[in-house]
Amino acid sequence: MIEARRLSVSINGTAILQEVDLQLTPGSITGLVGESGSGKSMTSLAIMGLLPRGAKVSGQVTLDGRDLLATSEAEMCRIRGNRIGMIFQEPMTALNPLMNIGDQVAEVLRIHHRMDRAAALARAREKLDRVGLPEPRFPLTLFPHELSGGQRQRVAIALAIAERPDLLIADEPTTALDVTTQAQILDLLAGLVRDEGMALLLITHDLAVVAGIADRVAVMKAGRIVEEGPTEMLFRRQAHPYTRALFAASRHAPAGTGPAGEKDPLLQVQGAVREYRLPGNAGVLRAVDEVSLTIGRGESVGLVGESGCGKSTLTRAILGLDPLQSGNIRISGQEVSAGRSMPRELRARAQVVFQDPFGSFNPRWRVERLVAEPFHLTGYPPGWRNRVGAALEEVGLSPGDARKYIHEFSGGQRQRIAIARALIIRPDLIVLDEAVSALDVRVRAQVLDLLADLRRSHGLAYLFISHDLSVVRGVTDRVLVMQKGRIVEDGLAGQVIGAPNHPYTQSLIKAMPRIPEGWVAA
Amino acid sequence: MRPGMFLGTLLAGLAVLAAAISFLWTPYDVTQMAIADKLMPPGAGHWLGTDHFGRDILSMIMVGARVSIAVALVAVGIGMGLGVPLGLIAAARRGSWLEEAIMRGNDLIFAFPSLVIAILITAIFGPSAINAIIAIGIFNIPVFARVTRGGALPLWTLDYIRAAEVSGKGAALISVQHILPNIANLLMVQGTIQFSLGILAEAGLSYVGLGAQPPTPSWGRMLAEAQTMVTLAPHVAIIPGLCILLTVLGLNLLGDGLRDALDPRLKVMR
Repeated sequence: MIEARRLSVSINGTAILQEVDLQLTPGSITGLVGESGSGKSMTSLAIMGLLPRGAKVSGQVTLDGRDLLATSEAEMCRIRGNRIGMIFQEPMTALNPLMNIGDQVAEVLRIHHRMDRAAALARAREKLDRVGLPEPRFPLTLFPHELSGGQRQRVAIALAIAERPDLLIADEPTTALDVTTQAQILDLLAGLVRDEGMALLLITHDLAVVAGIADRVAVMKAGRIVEEGPTEMLFRRQAHPYTRALFAASRHAPAGTGPAGEKDPLLQVQGAVREYRLPGNAGVLRAVDEVSLTIGRGESVGLVGESGCGKSTLTRAILGLDPLQSGNIRISGQEVSAGRSMPRELRARAQVVFQDPFGSFNPRWRVERLVAEPFHLTGYPPGWRNRVGAALEEVGLSPGDARKYIHEFSGGQRQRIAIARALIIRPDLIVLDEAVSALDVRVRAQVLDLLADLRRSHGLAYLFISHDLSVVRGVTDRVLVMQKGRIVEDGLAGQVIGAPNHPYTQSLIKAMPRIPEGWVAA
Repeated sequence: MRPGMFLGTLLAGLAVLAAAISFLWTPYDVTQMAIADKLMPPGAGHWLGTDHFGRDILSMIMVGARVSIAVALVAVGIGMGLGVPLGLIAAARRGSWLEEAIMRGNDLIFAFPSLVIAILITAIFGPSAINAIIAIGIFNIPVFARVTRGGALPLWTLDYIRAAEVSGKGAALISVQHILPNIANLLMVQGTIQFSLGILAEAGLSYVGLGAQPPTPSWGRMLAEAQTMVTLAPHVAIIPGLCILLTVLGLNLLGDGLRDALDPRLKVMR
């Protein structure tokens, strides 16, 4: 059993963790929940003895009664991997791209046991079978690039459990994955804990994920564990105000977003087809396949699908960045075309907010210039600086922020600036491309509220693109579900989520992690 | 500032300073010969001694620094002026025949040893500092084109470029407004390195007599003229050699220092 007692960490005098107590018992799953910067990952690094240089640690981390903080680095190397395994959020970078998956798993065994290659490979085969990558479809000779994100995460899990560790630490293991893949990986982790009797520390920002799988939950805020207890009890009680705030935010749906859309169509997509030639002679990929959809003026429509379903390609076509091979897209009856030929007035009708608050802005420009960039379409009006100030106020920032650079803002604030940029030329349609996916739940709730308010005050229409049905539910009137380049379901939001027709939608809804209805205190 | 970068700045600064002062003042006139005072070792009258014509070596080094720096600077200018736009175009039109044409054109220039082509150019057009500049400049073009394209390509995948496209900006405007400022660091570092290579190339061309022509002093030619007297008066060869060595070393240290200071990824690793 692994136990942290009064574990505190400070870096350069700043307290990162304060008196963290955690008990990780064999065969149980502990969920560690909190927002970014709350110290979740730092807790796991402290347990592993992998803190950055200059960090001061106090308290105790014991493994079967032995104090890990007092253990030498050479000894810790043996313990890590041997008795504590770890998997990370990003399966794309967790594996060595130049080594096949068999050798990667075998390497761990050879380092720790000095096994010969054949024996290690046999064990690797066993472990890969265990994580759901069986022969003959997944030979040991596959390379990471030949696998999907979910399959890579399985290889990462195989690596972590190769030594039958006592503790497995999973740091946001499913955040980068699609919902259906997420459900499978969570199943796999739960099965491993059950069968191998190890302890699992599951770090996540998603309350619904821990609800379905964890035995105990610890809620972390600003380096402290503010509440800890058996999952169901904690969910029902929510003793700490922060826990309550977190729960409220995760179920938040902005008020007053009924089906207010007018009949007058704003965006019409008809029979849109977009194909890509695959490398070599592998033929063509039809990323968008005969898609037709309509968005009315002032209507908010969700477009949901898993990665690779074609929603980004469709978005690029709607924004006039990529041409279509056939079909057409109209905004207010005018046809959208890619590149220079698209009239500026038409471009000014649709704007966009992207997912990544960190990649959405030129780091060398002041906010003023960033927000004003769409004026390129309409010409900079006299007094455009005041317009920027007003737009910043509309999104809840102050006009004085215009003189700052983007690195001075948090992720949530950046998303507000992105919304200000989209609003500044008063478009009719804003495409929200996973616009809240990268935000913490409480910040996300605020941004969703802001979007709902702006929609009411400006009569905006939204195309809300997301891989996450639960986000879309609260803020859209209508939901479209996309699979393999086609729209497979189109209906009112409540209907699609409550009573889905298409088997694919049903599988999405089934895989969606959720907090059981009865658990949540009113 | 780390010691390497400090030393680099100091050495490079010294060369620039010597060149700058030479416009206003040199201890002696560099064309003034005094056969009686030939091959004097460094001393009070001539701080760095005199050569086989009795010319003051310090004065020649100072004026020679001017030539070296001018040639290298203009050559870097040519390389940047043509290479950066070509690199930006290649990145903006990635995947097209234009990119292919630009990059294969680069490869073509890279395929020839630069000194051989420089000799060819000066052989055809006659040896002079101007022709040396052109020859060195041409070989800077593909270097800057490659660095620019390499730096620009990942930027083109970022969302702020997408946002600029949605704002109706074309590839040229995006390249100038968004791409160029964000790869300026990279170009500055490469510029420093090419600058040092330019000084080395100028010295090489002068050494074989294809650079600046007499009576204009040049570090490379000073070396060439001194080589028959190395055993007689070693300082005549050692001093210009040391100048080349220290200036190039200084610029390389400065370039490395700039790269480390400007690259946020390296900052994290420290």
